[in-house]
Amino acid sequence: MLCQSCGKNQANTHIKKFINGNLTEYHLCEQCANKIGYQDVLSSFPFDFNNLLGSFFEEKNSSVLSNKSKSVHCEVCGSSFEDISRTGKIGCANCYKTFFNRLMPSIERIHGNTNHTGKISYLASSDESLIKNKINELKSEMEAAIKDQNFEKAAKLRDEIKELTQKEGFKDE
Amino acid sequence: MNSWFEQSGPQGDIVISSRIRLARNIERYPFPCKLSNDQKSNVINDIKSTILNSSDFKEKLNYVNVSSINKIEAQSLVEHHLVSPEFINDLSYKGLILSEDKSISIMINEEDHIRLQVMSPGFELDNIYNIADKLDSFLDKKLSFSFDNKLGYLTQCPTNLGTGMRASVMLHLPALSQCGAISRISSDLIKLGLTIRGIYGEGSEPKGDIYQLSNQITLGISEKTALQNLKDITAQLISRERKQRSEITKNIHVIDAICRSRGILKNTILLSNDEFMKLMSNIRLGVSIGIVTGISFNKINELLIKVQPATLIRDEKQNFTSIQRDQKRAKLVRKYMNEAN
Ligand SMILES: [Zn+2]
Ligand SMILES: [Zn+2]
Repeated sequence: MLCQSCGKNQANTHIKKFINGNLTEYHLCEQCANKIGYQDVLSSFPFDFNNLLGSFFEEKNSSVLSNKSKSVHCEVCGSSFEDISRTGKIGCANCYKTFFNRLMPSIERIHGNTNHTGKISYLASSDESLIKNKINELKSEMEAAIKDQNFEKAAKLRDEIKELTQKEGFKDE
Repeated sequence: MNSWFEQSGPQGDIVISSRIRLARNIERYPFPCKLSNDQKSNVINDIKSTILNSSDFKEKLNYVNVSSINKIEAQSLVEHHLVSPEFINDLSYKGLILSEDKSISIMINEEDHIRLQVMSPGFELDNIYNIADKLDSFLDKKLSFSFDNKLGYLTQCPTNLGTGMRASVMLHLPALSQCGAISRISSDLIKLGLTIRGIYGEGSEPKGDIYQLSNQITLGISEKTALQNLKDITAQLISRERKQRSEITKNIHVIDAICRSRGILKNTILLSNDEFMKLMSNIRLGVSIGIVTGISFNKINELLIKVQPATLIRDEKQNFTSIQRDQKRAKLVRKYMNEAN
C-alpha cells in the first residue's frame, strides 16, 4: 500500500485516532509521519487532524482551485469540494460523479487501484451489458499490464475476469 | 439460545472469532453526513420494514430501539462487538438490528446507512461471508444500494469504496507477542493490504495479547481474493504462533507464570480489568498447551466479555465504585475458575 499523504512511498506507519468521536485510520510512509510530528504510532496525535484530511484530498496543482471551481456544488446534496476536503466525508453518490477527477488521485492513493472487481449490485447485474463492459475494461487493463511486464497484476486481473465470466455464465443458464 | 461469543470454533486455541462487515448506502438518500433528521428516520424505517416484512429474516432478526438505552447498556454493546464505539457517541436517529444469537448485527446511520456485520467464534470466514452476502443481496434487491460500475459500492468515506467489505479475525497471540514478532509482522502485512492491531488497551502492549487482523483495501480486489489473502495470512500466523508456543513452553518461567495466574484467578478478592486481561492470557495459553485443565475456550471467551467494565455492571441497580467493580469481577472469575486445575 502506498502512503496516503504523498502517494509515493510505501506506507509503513499505521495511524488510528478518534477525531470528534470518529475512528480514523491512515497509512503513511516514515517521512510523512515524521513530517507531521508523528513518530510513535501509539502516542496521541499532536496536531489538528483536519489539516491532514485537507492535505489528503489536496490537489497537486493548487491553481485548479480557482474561484470558478470553488463555486461548483453537488446538485444533489450541495457539497462543494472544499466541504469534502475539510470533513473527509463524501456527501452523496452524486458527489463521486461531480468531483470524479478531483477525487480519483486520492482514491488511487488509498487503494492502489481505481477499478472495482468484486460483487455487482442487483440493478447493475441485471444489466448484462454492464458486466460485459466491465469484463472488456479489465481485459484491456490486463493487456496493458502484460505489456508493462507486470505479470503479478496481470495474473490478478485474469482471476477477476474469470470470476466475472462465471457470474455472467450463471445468468445465461 | 447461546450467543455466538459464548462458544468457541475452529482453531479456537488461537482464533477467538471471525467477522465480516459490509458498508452499504441506499441510492435514493444522500450519505448520513448530509441527512436531515427526518431523512434519518426514513432510512431507519425503510430498513426496519424491509426486514420485518421478509419471511426469511423476520423470525431471526429483531429491531433494537437504541435511542432509549442508557450509556452503560450502549457501552456493553460495544464490549460485545455488536456496534462500533463511534456508533454509540450519539444514539439519536440511529437504529440497530440484531439476530437472536447476536451473530448478525446491522448498524443503521453509522458512517454509512448500513453496516452489516456477521460474526462467528473461531476461524469461519467463508461461512459468515455467505451469510452476509445473502442478507446483503436481499436488502439490495428491496432497497437499491448506491453502486457505480467503476467504483463499486459507494460509501461516505472513500476508504471503503469497492466491495465495502472489512473482514477480520480476532487472534490470541501470546507467544508471538512475547518474542516481539508482532511489530515486524505488522509492517510486512501493510504491503499485503492487511493490518494488525491490538484490540484491548491503547498502550504499546495490547492487553491480553489479543489482536485483530483485517483487510485494508476494498477497491480493485474481489471479496473472494480479499478473503483468501486474509485466510492465508491467518493460517501462517496460526502456525507461527503454535511453533513459538512449543518453544516458549520449554521455558520454566513461562510455566511458572501460567501456574501463578491460575492461583491468583482462583483466589483473588479484587481484580482490575487490566490484571484480568494479563492473567487470562496466561490461562488461555495454559489451556492450549495442556497445563491448565477444567476450563474451556468457550468459557474463557464468554468471561472475556462478561468482565468488561460496562457489561460487568449492566444489570446492577445502583452505581458501583471501582472497588465494588473489582470485587464483582473477582467473584465472577473465581466462579469460572472453580473447576480449573
Ligand atoms: Zn508519504
Ligand atoms: Zn453530493
